[in-house]
Amino acid sequence: MGTITEPLSETSGKKRNLVEMSWDPITRIVGSLGIFTKIDFENKQVAECYSTSSIFRGYSIFMKGKDPRDAHFITSRICGICGDNHATCACYAQNMAFGVKPPPLGEWIINLGEAAEYMFDHNIFQDNLVGVDFCEQMVKETNPGLWEKAQKKKAPNSSKHGFRTIADIMTALNPFTGSFYRETLEVSRLTREMFCLMEGRHVHPSTLYPGGVGTVATVQLFTDYLVRLMKYVEFMKRCVPLHDDLFDFWYEALPGYERVGQRRVLLGCWGAFNNPAVCDYRYESMSDWGRGMFVTPGIVVDGQLVTNDLVDINLGMRILLGSSYYDDWQNEQTFVKTDALGNAIDKRHPWNQTTTPRPQKRDFNGNYTWVMSPRWFDKRTGDYLPLDTGGGPIARLWSTALSGLVDIGYIKATGNSVVINLPKSATLPETSFEWKIPQWSNAIERDRARTYFQAYAAAAALFFCEKAMEELMAGRSKTWAPFKVPDDAISCGFHEAVRGVLSHHVVIRDGKIANYHPYPPTCWNANPRDVYGTPGPYEDAVQNTPLFEENGPENFKGIDIMRTVRSFDPCLPCGVHMYLGPGKVLQTRHSPMFGMMPNKGDR
Amino acid sequence: MPTEPIPFARRAAAAPSPVKDVHIIWLTAGLSCDGDSVSITNAEQPSIEDVLLGAIPGLPKVHLHNPVLAYEVGDEFMKYFYQAERGEIDPFVLVVEGSIPNEDIKDEGYWAAQGTDPNTGQPIKTTEWIDRLAPKALAVVGAGTCATYGGIHAMAGNPTGCMGLADYLGWEWRSKAGLPIVNVPGCPVQPDNFMETLLYLLFQVAGLAPIIPLDAQLRPTWLFGKTVHEGCDRAAYYEQDDFGIEYGTPKCLVKVGCWGPVVNCNVTKRGWMRGIGGCPNVGGICIGCTMPGFPDMFMPFMDEPSGARFSTAALTLYGKMIRALRAITNNTVNGEPEWRRRGRQLITGYHPRPGAYSMRPTRKAA
Repeated sequence: MGTITEPLSETSGKKRNLVEMSWDPITRIVGSLGIFTKIDFENKQVAECYSTSSIFRGYSIFMKGKDPRDAHFITSRICGICGDNHATCACYAQNMAFGVKPPPLGEWIINLGEAAEYMFDHNIFQDNLVGVDFCEQMVKETNPGLWEKAQKKKAPNSSKHGFRTIADIMTALNPFTGSFYRETLEVSRLTREMFCLMEGRHVHPSTLYPGGVGTVATVQLFTDYLVRLMKYVEFMKRCVPLHDDLFDFWYEALPGYERVGQRRVLLGCWGAFNNPAVCDYRYESMSDWGRGMFVTPGIVVDGQLVTNDLVDINLGMRILLGSSYYDDWQNEQTFVKTDALGNAIDKRHPWNQTTTPRPQKRDFNGNYTWVMSPRWFDKRTGDYLPLDTGGGPIARLWSTALSGLVDIGYIKATGNSVVINLPKSATLPETSFEWKIPQWSNAIERDRARTYFQAYAAAAALFFCEKAMEELMAGRSKTWAPFKVPDDAISCGFHEAVRGVLSHHVVIRDGKIANYHPYPPTCWNANPRDVYGTPGPYEDAVQNTPLFEENGPENFKGIDIMRTVRSFDPCLPCGVHMYLGPGKVLQTRHSPMFGMMPNKGDR
Repeated sequence: MPTEPIPFARRAAAAPSPVKDVHIIWLTAGLSCDGDSVSITNAEQPSIEDVLLGAIPGLPKVHLHNPVLAYEVGDEFMKYFYQAERGEIDPFVLVVEGSIPNEDIKDEGYWAAQGTDPNTGQPIKTTEWIDRLAPKALAVVGAGTCATYGGIHAMAGNPTGCMGLADYLGWEWRSKAGLPIVNVPGCPVQPDNFMETLLYLLFQVAGLAPIIPLDAQLRPTWLFGKTVHEGCDRAAYYEQDDFGIEYGTPKCLVKVGCWGPVVNCNVTKRGWMRGIGGCPNVGGICIGCTMPGFPDMFMPFMDEPSGARFSTAALTLYGKMIRALRAITNNTVNGEPEWRRRGRQLITGYHPRPGAYSMRPTRKAA
């Protein structure tokens, strides 16, 4: 059976004047996304939303027949902001396929590189892209009343971040002229230097290989990293309290804002930072080394942990069609019937997917995007769950908190929170932050979690740096291990791209790639209605979102919709566009009909 | 004397720019990953804020319309594209990111698009934007290897038939100002390489620089005139026939897949940012990502390039010999001269005037 996560229904028996509004492209994200909505201005609510991607490139197709060792070089190019996450994930999958375990030092170097990527990417996205939605210029245009309040509201954490009022924070976020905007742009460079120390170049790394890294491990390498990391640690001690003040103000000044972008808690996290002490890259032991990761994988439904077992996570993956421009593969070949543990593999699993594009006209009652609909099959209920990643951090922190497995001094998962301990830095004392499981999965909490995860990544990097130095000091300086490419293999890699779950599934035959399917986070978040009519997470989160913007239809900016969509940190070189149309009155309809999507399964 | 106030402090030898405002229309809607836009946020020489805030003397006011950084969304963002098409913002530089798909190979739909056509409700194809905007642009710049030559998405077996800008517009194409397409390849583009090229073009617009020097592949000559190997700090290992056969060593990587000796790129010299990072200089094989032949001609990436086998064989004898000779000399120069020691005797060869101070060793007290 299919799952409608949130009924799209309206109050029955009432007529609604719906205005069609769309934004295409959505800017300040990476990639191409369009958001098409129907808005009920009288009731200040979004009635319906469609998300569309306007780019197709065809990685799964042109990778066929290529040398499996080339996979990470090629798949890095899927994404221009988290390409290294793809390269890393591809290397994980290659390690499994080639039966190679990198030396521990190689693993720590990858972890340090990936931690720098989180520190950089969340930082630039939060304050140079999302932050603009909260800046003075924007707030004055969309909610002049809120700006009035912000000027009078003293920032509770003023002594920690240095801004007197909430309005001062908003001014500092103005694009290019704002002081905090410019500072974060600069911090985004510092963190990319850290990244380049470990992985060579940003965003498509040069030093990653299956079997480890080509980075030459020296004392200088880790010194150069550590001194930069400590500058970031100092920055975090101001950054986290600043965002807490900003986001708390939104709840306080606009009661009901928690419903903006709110969705049922359906979160997925595939885990990040392998632990070389337990990770041997064998599928047979994946459940164990998955739980050994320094960000714990997990699926969280309605606040409960369903599983933290990567094998379970893998087996439940399903790729559904419904509204995207592809042919079905039900009658194509089945590449993988069972996994290495003897579990049956579904025809709709990425290992068995065959991608055949079918370009066509965009039709919102039919097919309207290049993104397919990944779902996770919940065997307890038979539901195809449209999991989201909440832009990454909220799912990572939630999953890690519930599992309670991570305990590395700088970080402790408690079962209902994550405690992050940062050491003394140049001018600021030792500081602890605690991320507590929030009441909602909504726009504000997705954004708040991002800031906390930046601190998490810094804390984890301090630990990795210590471990790497330990290896080096003990004389174990090798960073790469040799391997042979087998004729036939199946494998998978699981990782967290900056904005959420990332998997690569590969089938090797005759020493070449026979099938390759990456599933990046935005495919989970930005997908369309599936074959059962279940909307994708963006669509679901935007639908029924209340609107707090003070503008009417004539100069509507859709700021609450933008905050919802951007809270997921869209990154659609796999896709979303939004455009604000002139706003025509669409139709007046009787409600029970409206919002019900045609059941695509019937067509 | 010009009546216009000079817009910067120095008294310029050249008259101030007749152009007060320049727009940059940046189309990321090729088949791309937006990695080149992300890359420019990493640039420092100059940085994006240096250019937009007027921190460099002589520049006209620059207005950037890039979807990754834009304040505006949707139609408010797209209006600049329509204004450029109608000739209402002039001059503008068109930057294209991503490879250009072949939209003629199918009956309907789109491979790549940006914005929605108000009349049909259908997406506006990227190729259509290029057709509309290129004739009106002062200059057209390809950012990254996808836009310049096709790149990853144009590899063998690709379903979209995509290509580079010059393949699409024609290699002989000239802008209305007579400029060829300007290509800044790289996957992604090296941050400073792109911003420096843009800065050069802005200087050119302001009348402060002659026409940009380009090579036959339409690359700025001062950035792409040398090979990776010519700037690589591991080239000496090559010269000495000392090759890494594993990854993770400081040696030359040619035997494990590096194409540096035949690839035009300055990354080994410039680093990736602030002199940090790069490719073979920091342990990453050069996979030729700046080149028109990328990626197919360099795959499989991790095998030794066939040409390297011959070249390295040719220098085996020479390399081994000079490595041995240098080892001897190196050993010698690792020793200090004998006169650096404690004691009553000065043996440096210094001869003071008689009586300056005693040179004779004094007898130890019995």
